[in-house]
Amino acid sequence: MELLLSLAIGWLVACGVYLLLRARTFPVVMGLTLITYAVNLFLFASGGITDAGAPVASTDGPWTDPLPQALVLTAIVIGFAMTAYIVILSLRALGDLGDDHVDGDRLPPEDQP
Amino acid sequence: MNAHLPVLPVLVPMATAVLLIFGQAWSRGTRRWLSMAGLVVQGAVLATLGGVLAGQGPQAYFLGNWSAPFGIVLVADHLSLWLLWTTWALATAALVYACRGADGVNRRFHVLFHFQLMGINGAFLTGDLFNLFVFFEVLLIASYTLLNHGGGKARTRAALHYVTLNLVGSSVFLIALGMLYASLGTLNMAHLSERMAAVEGTAETLARGAGYLLLLVFGLKAALVPMYAWLPRTYAAASGPVAALFAIMTKVGVYAVLRIFTLLYGEQGRLAGLGDEVLFLVALLTLAAGSLGVFSAHNLRRLSAWMVVLSAGILMAAVAMGGAELLGAMLYYLAHTTLATGLLFLLADRIRERGGAEADDWRLASLPSPGPALGILFLVAAVAAVGLPPLSGFFAKAQLLLASHDHDWSWWYWLALLGSSLILLLAFSRAGSSLFWRRSGQAMAGYEPLAVLVLAGLAATLLVLALAQQPLMELAAKAAADLLDVDAYRQLVLGKEAG
Repeated sequence: MELLLSLAIGWLVACGVYLLLRARTFPVVMGLTLITYAVNLFLFASGGITDAGAPVASTDGPWTDPLPQALVLTAIVIGFAMTAYIVILSLRALGDLGDDHVDGDRLPPEDQP
Repeated sequence: MNAHLPVLPVLVPMATAVLLIFGQAWSRGTRRWLSMAGLVVQGAVLATLGGVLAGQGPQAYFLGNWSAPFGIVLVADHLSLWLLWTTWALATAALVYACRGADGVNRRFHVLFHFQLMGINGAFLTGDLFNLFVFFEVLLIASYTLLNHGGGKARTRAALHYVTLNLVGSSVFLIALGMLYASLGTLNMAHLSERMAAVEGTAETLARGAGYLLLLVFGLKAALVPMYAWLPRTYAAASGPVAALFAIMTKVGVYAVLRIFTLLYGEQGRLAGLGDEVLFLVALLTLAAGSLGVFSAHNLRRLSAWMVVLSAGILMAAVAMGGAELLGAMLYYLAHTTLATGLLFLLADRIRERGGAEADDWRLASLPSPGPALGILFLVAAVAAVGLPPLSGFFAKAQLLLASHDHDWSWWYWLALLGSSLILLLAFSRAGSSLFWRRSGQAMAGYEPLAVLVLAGLAATLLVLALAQQPLMELAAKAAADLLDVDAYRQLVLGKEAG
C-alpha cells in the first residue's frame, strides 16, 4: 500500500514536471494539475495510511487522522481556483501574445518593460 | 471589543472588499471614499492594537474559541504590529495615488486591493502554518489579478510566468507542510516549536527536509538567488500603484523565514540553526545579482524592481546572521526600504503618466524633462535608497553595520553592504542626471499638484523615519525581542509554563 501510493505520487510529480518544462501553456496547465494531484495525495498520506478506519478519534476500532483530510479539502479548493485562473490567463495570453509559448513570440526582447 | 483586536486587521480589509463587491453599481467617488475609509479604520485598529500591546504585551486570538493546538490561532506581537504598520503606510500611499485615476481602468481594483491587504495582514498575524499557506494564497490570487490591472501584452506575459512559478511554489509549500505534519503531528507554530526541540530519528530527517523545502518556497517569495529572475519583469510590468504595493510582498517571504526559522529551527533541538549558512550565501549572491541588475537597468521601473531584489539580499543576510540587535536594525531597514521602493515605483509611474510609456527610460535624451518637483522627490528617494545622510537609509545601514560588526561573517556582510551601496550611488547618480539634467530644456506637460502632494507625503514618511529614529529603533528592537522570546510565544499560545 505504502509503496503503491509513493510510486503513484512520484510518477504524477515526474509527469507534471516534464509537462511543466514543455513551456507551452496547455501542457503547463496539465503539468500543474498533475502536480496538484500529487500534492493532495501526499498531504492525504501525511497522517498515516489506515485501511477502513473512520476519521474520528475513538477508543475502540481503527481510526484515521481527520486533520489531513481537512487540509486536503482546503488544498483542493485552492488548487481548483488557481487552475481556473491560469486556464483563463493562458487563453488571454494566447489572444494577447498570439502564441501558446509561455514567452509568446510577437514581443521582441527589446519590448520588455 | 479589545478581546477581538488581533483579528481585526484581517477582518477590516475583508469587510471593505466584500462591501465593495456589492458596490459595483455605485459611483466611482463613493467606491473611492469607501476604500479609503477601510484604510482609515485599519489605521485606527492598528493604533488601538499598539496601545494594547504596549500595556499588556503580545496577544493571542483563538478563532472560534478553539484552544490551541487544535484550532487556528492568531498572534499579535510587536513584530506583527511593526510589519502591519509598514504595510498600512505603503498601502495608503499607493491607494491615494491610484485614486487619482489609475483605479478607473478596472472597477474591481479596490476590491482586489483590499483582498491583497487581507492576505498580507493575515500572513503577518497567523500562528498556524497551514493558515499561513492559506493567507499566502489569498494575497497571491489578489496579486495575480492586480498585476494584470490595466492590461497589455507585457503584463499578460509577466503574469503567466508569475502565476506558474507561484503555483509550483505553493505545491512545494504544501509538501513541506505534509512532511512537517507527518513528522511532528501538528501545524500550530508554537506546538511545532515545542516538538521540534525534542525531534530525533526518522522524524528529524523529515523535519530537516521540510525545513529546506520551506526555505525554497520563502526564497521564491522573497526573490532570492536562484529564484529571483521573475521579479524585475513582473514588478516593472505592473502599473505604478500595484508595483508600489508589491514592494511589501517580498517582505512577507522575509517575515516567514524570520518567524518560522526562529520558532522551529531556532536555538533548541537537533535542528537548531538549520540552513543559516545556505541562507547567508544565497543572500549575498542575491545582493550581488541585485547590484548588477541595478546597474544594468535603463529605466526607473527596472531600477526600482532591482532595488527590491537587492534589499531582499540585505534583509535575508541579516536574518541568517541573527541576534537581537541585528534583527532590530534589519526591521528598521525593512520599513525604510519598503517605503523607499514604493516611492520610486510611484515616481516612475508619474513620469510615465506625464511623458508617455517610455518616458522613464534615460537613454531617450530627446524627451522633455520631468521637471523640478519630481526631480526633488527623486533626489529624496535616491538619497534614502542609497543610504546617504540625513535620511532613514543612512541610519538603517549604519545600524546594520554596527550591529553585525562582531559576527563571524561580518567581514562578508560589510563588504557586500558597502559595495552594493556604492553601486547604488553610481546607478542613482546616472539615472538622476540623465533623467532630469541631460534632457532637453522644456518641462513635461501635465503638472499635477495632487500627485506631487501624494509623493511628497510618502517622501515625508521617510523623513519621519529618520527624525524619529530613536523611538522607532526602540520599537524595532522590541519587535526583535518578541520574535526571539520563543518561550513566551509558546506560553502565550499553548497557555502553559514552558518546560
